[in-house]
Amino acid sequence: MNETIAQLEEKARNLRVAVVKALHKSQSGHTGGSLSAIDMVTVLYFHTMRHDSANPRWEGRDRFVLCKGHAAPAQYVALAEAGYFPREDLMMLRRLGSHLQGHPDSKVTPGVEVCTGSLGQGLSMANGMALGLRLDGKENRVYALLGDGELQEGQVWEAAMAASHYRLDNLCALIDCNGLQIDGEVARVMGVESVPDKFRAFGWHVLEIDGHDIGAIIAALSQAKVTKGQPTAIVARTVKGKGVSFFENKASYHGVPPSDEELPRALECLGCFEDCEKISH
Amino acid sequence: MSGMIATRDAYGEVLAELGTENEQIVVLDADLSGSTKTGVFGKKFPQRFFNMGIAEANMVGTAAGMAAVGKIPFLSTFAIFAAGRAWEQVRQSVAYPKANVKIVATHGGVTVGEDGGSHQSVEDIAIMRAIPNMTVMVPADGVETRAAIRAAAEYNGPVYIRLGRNKVPTVIPADHPFAIGKGIELVVGTDLTFVTTGLMTAQAVKAAELLLADGISARVVHLGTIKPLDQDILLKAARETRAIITAEEHSIVGGLGGAVAEFLSGACPVPVHRVGVRDRFGTSGKAEELLKYFGLMPDDLVDAARGALARS
Ligand SMILES: Cc1ncc(C[n+]2csc(CCOP(=O)(O)OP(=O)(O)O)c2C)c(N)n1
Repeated sequence: MNETIAQLEEKARNLRVAVVKALHKSQSGHTGGSLSAIDMVTVLYFHTMRHDSANPRWEGRDRFVLCKGHAAPAQYVALAEAGYFPREDLMMLRRLGSHLQGHPDSKVTPGVEVCTGSLGQGLSMANGMALGLRLDGKENRVYALLGDGELQEGQVWEAAMAASHYRLDNLCALIDCNGLQIDGEVARVMGVESVPDKFRAFGWHVLEIDGHDIGAIIAALSQAKVTKGQPTAIVARTVKGKGVSFFENKASYHGVPPSDEELPRALECLGCFEDCEKISH
Repeated sequence: MSGMIATRDAYGEVLAELGTENEQIVVLDADLSGSTKTGVFGKKFPQRFFNMGIAEANMVGTAAGMAAVGKIPFLSTFAIFAAGRAWEQVRQSVAYPKANVKIVATHGGVTVGEDGGSHQSVEDIAIMRAIPNMTVMVPADGVETRAAIRAAAEYNGPVYIRLGRNKVPTVIPADHPFAIGKGIELVVGTDLTFVTTGLMTAQAVKAAELLLADGISARVVHLGTIKPLDQDILLKAARETRAIITAEEHSIVGGLGGAVAEFLSGACPVPVHRVGVRDRFGTSGKAEELLKYFGLMPDDLVDAARGALARS
């Protein structure tokens, strides 16, 4: 187990490096929220979820919905790492003609299940998948990753109500609670706490964890798996921009990519000392 | 013309039939299953019927998720809520991914009646038609509704179908082969053409009879599908008759009239006269009174025809 955790930590570090490089290359995209979600995305793709990059439409796969679609780079690097498409494609992020759109697009990216990007809509789609899969008597699980700012959207609570009404125990929502949104602190813009209490009140099984603790993420996801009769919400306390000290806890890096000057420093923070010139241009 | 049936009733019947024929069909409603008639399916197939409560945005997203795992969801509520409340969910969660979701919106137009302006959707055709990937249908009667619902179930992609609350006369021949995107020339005529949709088709058929008594030969082209538009049938009408008069139980802004004018202005510029709700909200009243109030009666079409011919 400790070995697995160490390997996943290393994987997450590599994925952070890939996110930083891709965002630097595109000079457009969401840095902070991609980095805060990486550890959860890593555990999902490389530990918990059943999926097959050689067969993206494999019937037995678990489903992942990135409700906070602006963190697309986090999902794209995981998909590339898992072999859904070549890693070089990450350098085409947000380019005209690229299959890596600014926000997840199921029409063009292998491994992406639905279209997200308009906040608040993803959990409903995850519900629909969970309902449909259960109707077919399938064991596949559905994972939805939301932002804490996203919880301000009313539709999230419509979906939260429906998920517990329909007892969707094949559904697990992970809330990336980094405490920041575009205009600043979530608590100042429009407070959403207590997130755990709200989900509990809506009938969910709630777990609260450190969203950067790989072991805790693994444990919570396996607890979710054995929870019957209700959906599970994993309220993950995270740091926006996690891994790059000067991005951390700064709302200003929400939608700002690393500059040329910042790239080597960012990679250094991530323990990556290779020649940055080569990869940046 | 024979038989009177509300298009929503025809929907309820055919949906329940389809439920037997295709196990992948699932149905969602937002606390209006008695009115939208999805309740007929719900009674027969409780396992495949999902009442989502009064939460239309979530209903649309849920349907998109169901489609993503291979289901064929039909969702229903009133047109104002399906198209209006959940417009962006329809755009993002359904149309953008080209999800196989069928939005069947009942209570379209002013014939909703007494509920008044808040419940009378006069903009839904315009705002649904504006979305890429979307197919928009407005059947004329029960016969065509059955065919349109069946065609929607077979077609792979997003569909918006607008139905009405009240009984309407049957105007489409039972043996007419329905195809998405194909209009039908219901009445032959050489002087002018009524291009109509929904219940206005029956009004136009009556108007054509009135005009014929005066020696004016009016063609009636019914478009059961507004998007994609049947360009051939419109071009033919624009070339062969002297005036085009569109008629719809919808705003004259952006609906059928808008679609026809957009197309003909480029392809074969002829004057297009739009009959419809004149950029106003609806109001309470009986359905028949409201058709008069908003100028949607056969007489109004006759007046529009005479005016158009006088100016042509
Ligand atoms: C419906 C909608 N409104 C606004 C936006 C613009 N937007 C993109 S990200 C964001 C803030 C998201 O905050 P949060 O959910 O906390 O995400 P994170 O901080 O994890 O990046 C906003 C407002 C959007 N994408 N969708």
